[in-house]
Amino acid sequence: MQNIIEVKNLTCIYSRKTPYEKKALDGINLGIEEGSFVALVGATGSGKSTFIQHLNGLIKVQDKKTMSVSVGGKSLSDKKNLRNIRFEVGMVFQYPEYQLFEDTVAKDIAFGPKNMKLPAEEIDKRVRKAMEVVGLDYDTFAERSPFDLSGGEKRRAAIAGVIAMQPKVLILDEPVAGLDPAGREEILLLIKKLQEEVSPTVILVSHNMDDVARLADRVIALKDGKVVADGSPKEIFADRELIKESGLEVPTATRIADRLRERGIDLSENIILMSELEKALAEKLEDRNV
Amino acid sequence: MFRDVSFGQYYPTNSVVHRLDARVKLLLSLLFIIGIFFIQSYFGFILTAAVLIFIVIMARLPMASVMKSVRGILFIVLFTAILNLFLIKEGRVLVHWKIFTITENGVHTTIKMTLRLVLLISGASLLSLTTTPVALADGVESLMKPLTLIKVPVRDIAMIMSIALKFIPTLFSETSKIISAQKARGASFDTGNIFARAKALLPVLIPLFVNSFRRADELAFAMDARCYNASEKRTKMKKAKIGIGDIIAMLFMCSFFVVIILERYYFPTIGINMDQLIFGGLV
Ligand SMILES: Nc1ncnc2c1ncn2[C@@H]1O[C@H](COP(=O)(O)OP(=O)(O)O)[C@@H](O)[C@H]1O
Ligand SMILES: [Mg+2]
Repeated sequence: MQNIIEVKNLTCIYSRKTPYEKKALDGINLGIEEGSFVALVGATGSGKSTFIQHLNGLIKVQDKKTMSVSVGGKSLSDKKNLRNIRFEVGMVFQYPEYQLFEDTVAKDIAFGPKNMKLPAEEIDKRVRKAMEVVGLDYDTFAERSPFDLSGGEKRRAAIAGVIAMQPKVLILDEPVAGLDPAGREEILLLIKKLQEEVSPTVILVSHNMDDVARLADRVIALKDGKVVADGSPKEIFADRELIKESGLEVPTATRIADRLRERGIDLSENIILMSELEKALAEKLEDRNV
Repeated sequence: MFRDVSFGQYYPTNSVVHRLDARVKLLLSLLFIIGIFFIQSYFGFILTAAVLIFIVIMARLPMASVMKSVRGILFIVLFTAILNLFLIKEGRVLVHWKIFTITENGVHTTIKMTLRLVLLISGASLLSLTTTPVALADGVESLMKPLTLIKVPVRDIAMIMSIALKFIPTLFSETSKIISAQKARGASFDTGNIFARAKALLPVLIPLFVNSFRRADELAFAMDARCYNASEKRTKMKKAKIGIGDIIAMLFMCSFFVVIILERYYFPTIGINMDQLIFGGLV
């Protein structure tokens, strides 16, 4: 597949030439394939949020001569591409419910499509579609105030506001932060569904390796603004040295499998999912019963 | 830009000046500023500039950080300078061209006025460059304490001030986050006429207000849960103490002030004119 996002030599320094100077990104080179589900991981302060905000031009590249970010072959340094790229790369920020502002849910979701200057029928169609995808019933929620919804509903309304622009790439910055386990599960399933139905390419910023193992087909780890690991979840989690060096953890299933192996239960390598662990254990039990 | 303590001008170098007691710094800044108002001679301005540069060096600040605050009032300085230069008509005429007259008095007043403004702002900015906003608020509270006697609610004012200070950085970073989120949905804040622009701010202002009220509510709950009571007497976790450095600073500043006063009121009575001594016939 073709790369939809190309990042070359990206370095970002905040508060340059002050005592607060901070190199948030340090020479990043990446290509992201169309149709892939990428998980971006790394400790707090490793530069994840800074990186993703470069991908739709919210943060501009600091040196156009040496660095570049392009989406769908169009460079973000070029001012006239910027607006279109904003609509092609949808960004769901941390705690997106804090950005709701309209007096009804439907109007809030329509904000993006309206800024795209779409015709009224098209806007209405997109709002209905977006609400349906995120699981908010149009007749029940369209006319309600977004401030009266529950936490989980607010978040889904905010995500619908981004989805309504039908972006080709969807970026989510820690979208399950602050939710209860049921709410987390709902949002994670929703993200998978969004990839299938709306935005084929997804970049998910996450701290939870179980979620990463389950959803992503590529993991990119940042540390101090540098890419320290890049590969499929299986590859990354199998390399324990790398995990330690880059300050990551392994998924719960991998950890349990490791412990069991220490106790002499010979399980197959490369277990990262609970379902894989279940299967491996079931096989072991069957062996014993025979 | 709006992260952590980087609001205001505070420039951390942990120098001796930074470590002085905030109350002492507040009072000495006040003394310095009053001193500047008493200056009439070039000698006084040179002395003040020397003192200022000495403090900047002691505080290990780059000159540029002080100049930055001067740049902020550059327009006012230039404006007053030009007004003074052309509007003062007394004294020997130096230049006369059409309706414009520049006199000797005009030139002197302009130079002195400019120096006064620049020194005032630099002096005041030294305080905020070397003292964190929180320390400043504590210092103000401590200095206002006597006002409790005349029923001024000093403690409440101090609590309001410190809460406001704590939340300003939060508010800034929240504003920039909301702006980013709305930009990501295609909002633009710099197109259209003034009404269009004002309207474009609503998607930022509404969430900002809603979130601020929510946060105020949460804070009130949290304070209540810890039995906060406005009329209770509270002690400080970090008690500020006057140290040897503070005493040296006080002596230094007081001597400066005394020299300024003597030079203006006493020296003329015994026939000493510092400007004549230094510049001869130039002034
Ligand atoms: N607007 C900003 N101004 C100054 N420093 C910033 C700003 N945003 C982030 N940083 C700093 O840059 C580094 C990377 O931050 P960020 O991209 O938010 O990391 P992450 O999302 O991985 O937690 C951190 O050290 C952070 O303090
Ligand atoms: Mg972040």
